[in-house]
Amino acid sequence: MNGSESGFNPAFNIATIKQVVNEAIERVRMPTPTRLRDLIRQIRAARTAAEERSVVNKECAYIRSTFREEDSVWRCRNIAKLLYIHMLGYPAHFGQLECLKLIASPRFTDKRVGYLGAMLLLDERQDVHLLITNCLKNDLNSNTQFVVGLALCTLGAIASPEMARDLASEVERLIKSPNAYIKKKAALCAFRIIRRVPDLMEMFLPATRSLLTEKNHGVLITGVTLITEMCENSPDTLNHFKKESGQREIVPNLVRILKNLILAGYSPEHDVSGVSDPFLQVKILRLLRILGKNDAEASEAMNDILAQVATNTETSKNVGNTILYETVLSIMDIKSESSLRVLAVNILGRFLLNNDKNIRYVALNTLLRTVHVDTSAVQRHRTTILECLKDPDISIRRRAMELSFALVNGQNIRGMMKELLAFLERSDAEFKAHCSSAVVLAAERYAPSDKWHLDTLFKVLLKAGNYLRDDTVSSTIQIISSAATERQAYGAMRLWTSLEQSAVSGLATEKQPLIQVAAWTIGEYGDLLVSEASSAISMVDEDGVDDFVRPTEEYVIDIYQKLLWSTQLSISTKEFLLLSLAKLSTRFTTQASQEKIRVIIDTFGSHIHIELQQRGVELSQLFRQYGHLRPALLERMPAMEPVAAPHRDEQELDLSDTSPDHTKPDQDALLDLINGSDSLTNGDVEHQPEQIATTNNNTSSNDILDLLSGLDLTPSVPAAAPAVLLANNNVEPSAAPAALLLDGLFAPPAPHQPPHPADGAEWERAVLERGGVRVCVSARRAAGAAATLTARATSQLHTLTDFLFQAAVPKKIQLDMMSPSGTTLSPQGEITQVLKVTNPTKTPLRLRIRVSYNIDGTPVLEQTEINNFPADLFN
Amino acid sequence: MMQFMLLFSRQGKLRLQKWYVAHPDKLKKKITRELITTVLARKPKMCSFLEWKDVKVVYKRYASLYFCCAMEQEDNELLTLELIHRYVELLDKYFGSVCELDIIFNFEKAYFILDELVLGGELQETSKKNVLKAIAAQDLLQEEETPQGFFEDHGLG
Repeated sequence: MNGSESGFNPAFNIATIKQVVNEAIERVRMPTPTRLRDLIRQIRAARTAAEERSVVNKECAYIRSTFREEDSVWRCRNIAKLLYIHMLGYPAHFGQLECLKLIASPRFTDKRVGYLGAMLLLDERQDVHLLITNCLKNDLNSNTQFVVGLALCTLGAIASPEMARDLASEVERLIKSPNAYIKKKAALCAFRIIRRVPDLMEMFLPATRSLLTEKNHGVLITGVTLITEMCENSPDTLNHFKKESGQREIVPNLVRILKNLILAGYSPEHDVSGVSDPFLQVKILRLLRILGKNDAEASEAMNDILAQVATNTETSKNVGNTILYETVLSIMDIKSESSLRVLAVNILGRFLLNNDKNIRYVALNTLLRTVHVDTSAVQRHRTTILECLKDPDISIRRRAMELSFALVNGQNIRGMMKELLAFLERSDAEFKAHCSSAVVLAAERYAPSDKWHLDTLFKVLLKAGNYLRDDTVSSTIQIISSAATERQAYGAMRLWTSLEQSAVSGLATEKQPLIQVAAWTIGEYGDLLVSEASSAISMVDEDGVDDFVRPTEEYVIDIYQKLLWSTQLSISTKEFLLLSLAKLSTRFTTQASQEKIRVIIDTFGSHIHIELQQRGVELSQLFRQYGHLRPALLERMPAMEPVAAPHRDEQELDLSDTSPDHTKPDQDALLDLINGSDSLTNGDVEHQPEQIATTNNNTSSNDILDLLSGLDLTPSVPAAAPAVLLANNNVEPSAAPAALLLDGLFAPPAPHQPPHPADGAEWERAVLERGGVRVCVSARRAAGAAATLTARATSQLHTLTDFLFQAAVPKKIQLDMMSPSGTTLSPQGEITQVLKVTNPTKTPLRLRIRVSYNIDGTPVLEQTEINNFPADLFN
Repeated sequence: MMQFMLLFSRQGKLRLQKWYVAHPDKLKKKITRELITTVLARKPKMCSFLEWKDVKVVYKRYASLYFCCAMEQEDNELLTLELIHRYVELLDKYFGSVCELDIIFNFEKAYFILDELVLGGELQETSKKNVLKAIAAQDLLQEEETPQGFFEDHGLG
């Protein structure tokens, strides 16, 4: 009957039919998307990476298309699939907005997946954050606790500072909720919020205070976590909590909670292998540590409970040790009774002998933290700790190394260092830098004798190789320099052995700091190395072996040659070697070796590296016209003092720091020059001028005085004066390297150039020529110790734009630059620029020039120096 | 505070990732890749802790799956091991002797469970019962919304 009745209701009938038809059409038009588990199955069935990619790409394309069509029925499933694809490492950012749409849906399933997607796909850099903040705000006010829970969870995971500010008041309200499920989540959200924005801490204080009066462990542990974060962040809050926390003071309150945990009988809900809620216990112990630090009264109040925990905790399982570990940390950090400390160190001693690697690691970690409190207690475990240096586990080795260094003192230095040097040799690359500088520091602090100190440094140089920090090279050199003569000879001999071995075995590249120190030392004390006089020095090493063979002069030079011609050594190492070799020419006596050295140095006159080439050329001069200066110039450096002058910055704390006071004025000027120079990179050249400055005082050689005065380095020069003036059209601040004067040291300029014959006539030179671009400079004498220079630039093939000509002269000379005839240089065209030079002191003119321009948009920068102006230019 | 948690297989396949610090996607991938390689290279007898960059990595292997947490320097490493163990226990209870396949095919459930245990990188619930109760209640909510069953057409399938 019913059927016939409905048959009489055409409206209802048609509506039903329409709905059925529509649904059918919808199904056909939009087939059910692959299910999540089916997709996972498909992807897992893919046998190759390419096959997997094709499945994923196909599905991604489909998911994108459903997103475009705003299909809300399957959105949840599609996002879930996308999250799986995202985990495989494929891009999934296009799902971000869809997640927000899911979150906004009223269905719980949608929200659950949507929030999950938001946590996975968004990070706090995303612009969609504003949108999600609104969604979160709505859901935080939901009536369903699980919806509130989801929102809190998401906020806790991805809160950005802006979100934290916008939602803090909502979270504060939820902490006061009577529902424990929401309360605990809100407390942790507050924890994250004040982590992001510490300013917001204050508003949470009242709500936080009451958390410790709760019974629920979830609320308690989150409350303790929140208070810990607050107390760690702000001393004010720490005091606030100490004074008042709800009805009771915080310390007795925490002690009570902890006591209840320990004494309470078995509670299945919170038991972990016989221990009652270790998570909560550990959190409370940590908070007690913060509260008891530097507070005798609070420490007193927690002494008993700490002792109770330390003695009563079952240690057969990891849980027990977890609690003991935290207890020991607390005992060591607060002002605890001495008996309690003994107890704590004993616990660590037991830990150290535990079979479980994890416990041993924790023991080392804790000992390291407590070593400053009670060194002698930790010293007792020294042997065990040194044993741990040999552990195959890198985590344990690292801890053991740090702890070993903390234990080094004057009494045990010899034994400890032996172990640590052995460790340095076999340790992984990542330890070597740290370990070697720690060895150097410890040796410096506790060295029982000078010889031991030197020996240790040499061993570090040998074992740490290139991992050594740069300052070790200079500090070692300084120590050798200030040592007694026989130590210096000893050093030269030891280092020679290492240098020779490295050179012969081809390992020099890995030990460049060693090569540098050895080069310096042998250069300075090479005479002691080869002379029979030093045979009296004992070369017996710690193993009782004397492996020193006195080399001949020729052999030393051969080794130097081998190293200097090696393609692998760094430029600064070669700089050390080259200067050292030059010095050896005055240390070695035979004519044959002198000649050999000269030949090697000459080859550097055409070295591909500009710095080495320059040194080569300069040093060659000392074998020719200025041969008579060589012995004085290359004389042994005076002992360096380790005190750093206060007015210099750290960057300069190298060899140059350690000069005697009586050379101050000259030397400061020189140092300032060096300071302004960026082309000098290493100590080898830096200590050179100082040595000359000293020889100046020592030998009062007229030649040297002349040389120096020619360099504007008479004491009348203000110490900190900039060495050059740089001028150009745009009046740029001085940027050019100021090495000009120093460069002249070894290659004295003008007076020795062949004098130009044509008096008053124009002098002209091409100073730069490259790729068809040519720059000529001509000079003409002008009235009153002045000269007019004209720079002319031409280009054969290219059009140059932004052409800029800059010039610099030594300080005593004044340079005025006229404006250039143009900045664009067309082929066959010319740009000229006039420079007026006034030189009242008639100092030999040297001109450093820099030319910059663009060829087809590519910037080109070239610079050169002219120092062969006619000598009579200013007469 | 936990900075992130990774679950990955012995073959180095990522099974779950949970980040509590904000990093760009690229950096997350880089960290994940490097950490997986480092942890897999360690021998079974080595300790569970690894100082890696500025975090302390605590990891433990359960059957074919590595559970790996990056903690801050102040955190108790041994407690983190307990936390990992607690999570494994929860998965086990929920799935009924869990295996890697359960986590692969029901990865969203694994996330849901983790989110009831840890919030914002800190432990929020120390009672196993409470976690499972919350999960069960939420699963029920989902089922009620989809009368033909969650695993039928309208669910994630």
